Amino acid sequence: MNQRRAVFLLFLSIVFFFGVSTAAQQNAPPAPPTEVKAFDNPNDAGGTITITWKKSADDGAGENDVLGYEILRSMAQETGYGPIGTASLGATNYVDTSAVDRVTYYYRVAARDRESSTLSEETIPAVASPQWFNRRRTNMLISVVLFSFLILWFIERAKRGEKLFIRPLAGLEAIEEGIGRATEMGKPVLYIPGILDMDDIQTIASMAILSRVAKMVAQYDIPLLVPSKMPIAFTMAQEVVKQAYIEAGRPDAYNSDNIPFITMAQFGYAAAVNGIMLRQRPGTILYLGAFYAESLILAETGSSIGAIQIAGTAMPAQLPFFVVACDYTLIGEELFAASAYLSGEPRLLGSLKGQDWGKAVFMAFIALGAILETLGLHFLTGWLVTW
Amino acid sequence: MRRQVPLVITFVAGMLMIISYFIPRQPFGGLQNLFNQWFIVIVAFALILGALNLIKVNAEKIRRKRPGWGYSAVLLITFTVTVISGLFWGMEQETVFGFIFRNMFVPLGATMFSLLAFFIASASYRAFRARTIEAALLLIAAILVMLGRVPLGSYIWRQFPMLANWIMAFPNMAGQRAIMIGIALGTVSISLRIILGIERSYLGGGE
Repeated sequence: MNQRRAVFLLFLSIVFFFGVSTAAQQNAPPAPPTEVKAFDNPNDAGGTITITWKKSADDGAGENDVLGYEILRSMAQETGYGPIGTASLGATNYVDTSAVDRVTYYYRVAARDRESSTLSEETIPAVASPQWFNRRRTNMLISVVLFSFLILWFIERAKRGEKLFIRPLAGLEAIEEGIGRATEMGKPVLYIPGILDMDDIQTIASMAILSRVAKMVAQYDIPLLVPSKMPIAFTMAQEVVKQAYIEAGRPDAYNSDNIPFITMAQFGYAAAVNGIMLRQRPGTILYLGAFYAESLILAETGSSIGAIQIAGTAMPAQLPFFVVACDYTLIGEELFAASAYLSGEPRLLGSLKGQDWGKAVFMAFIALGAILETLGLHFLTGWLVTW
Repeated sequence: MRRQVPLVITFVAGMLMIISYFIPRQPFGGLQNLFNQWFIVIVAFALILGALNLIKVNAEKIRRKRPGWGYSAVLLITFTVTVISGLFWGMEQETVFGFIFRNMFVPLGATMFSLLAFFIASASYRAFRARTIEAALLLIAAILVMLGRVPLGSYIWRQFPMLANWIMAFPNMAGQRAIMIGIALGTVSISLRIILGIERSYLGGGE
């Protein structure tokens, strides 16, 4: 009997011992994050400090019970720490966006499990400061300077009277032909400056072309219709056309009612322009600017009334629609070249020459990059893609 | 003077934007946001001009009984109702404005958008007539991509989706990137012309 009691007691002791030791293991605090570093966030306007660390040994391994990390900050060494944010499980960095420039901060990162947390070592002091130059954009700066130099150099050459060859653009040569045809038919010219406002470079380019077109139309003495979707583009279009009519010596022919504001709603605008096409039957339609889904709705309606259609946009997704539905399409950069091309002015044509040379430089870079990548050398690609 | 002032403003604003792209430090770093806010304020005022123009043009059309004046009447009536309901009863879901927006504006916009399906069909019909080598290539590529994108294609031949993906990822992407590089260079070129005052026609007139 005593033997049985002794065995039972021994069994109970073993169970108790393992139970206690297991419980003690379950409640063990998580291992702290290591190699915690804090440094000023580079290339920014200041006010931020980046904190990085190596994950706790219990995050994804060990006891695997870490729930996340808590970031603590203090303005004094070894004291006064307060929480400023949390980072999720597996995270190894945090950006403190509440730092004040030129104030010294210390950081600690705590790994948290369900019951407790363990603090890391303190970081060395970190100070946030704004930078004067975003070094990640050095490649962009070099490209812009190089490209600008090429353009300005060719403009200078053109100014000195040098004859520069500019490749002919069929779409632009067709504009005058289209206006001539509308004149013969006694029909108006419809000019659509895209659906974005003057904060888009395509609309600015479109206004520059509109000026040239308005001058031609004024000389031919036919109506020019310019329905606008955006309010600033509308006021701009009125001014541009009015000035062009004055310069063409036909201020009396200018009619502000032909340059109306329609609506800022995309498909409302498309419906209104389709209505104008079907009622006024323009002989020539020019779509020059930024377009979205309404591009084909407009171009197909224009095609159905038999108008000569010339389009130009820098929206790659809309180009196929215009290519299909229009007689001529200015693809991407040709839209930006149009005004200079139509002007025939040497300085503007010089800039086009510079643009073409810039393209040649980029082509050389692409070829060089392809060769280097094939050879397993990535430094050029790495330098070019840094953002 | 009338020409010089806008040119100076354009030059200063353009140069500040370029500088702010490379200098993150304040005040340069925050210039883009600031200019965007100014732009929104200008848009608000320009919108008033636009609305006044809309009323003027359509009222004139009705007064002179020009062809299609009935549409102008509908436009002015709905414009007035929408503006008054929005100004006096708010623009929330349950208001008259909300009702007009949900039950008239949105369905009408969706109707116009849905027309695109028919226009794509008619445009494709014209584009896919194989009259030239280029058009024939376009036709073949389009058929392959279409077959790769519909379930029927993979029933006919399992490799159609892969072929379609290859066409989209390589020849198509190469073409798109070439266009986009050209666009980027064109943008820099025209921006430079405008900032330096070489291109002035957007201010009205030419040289």
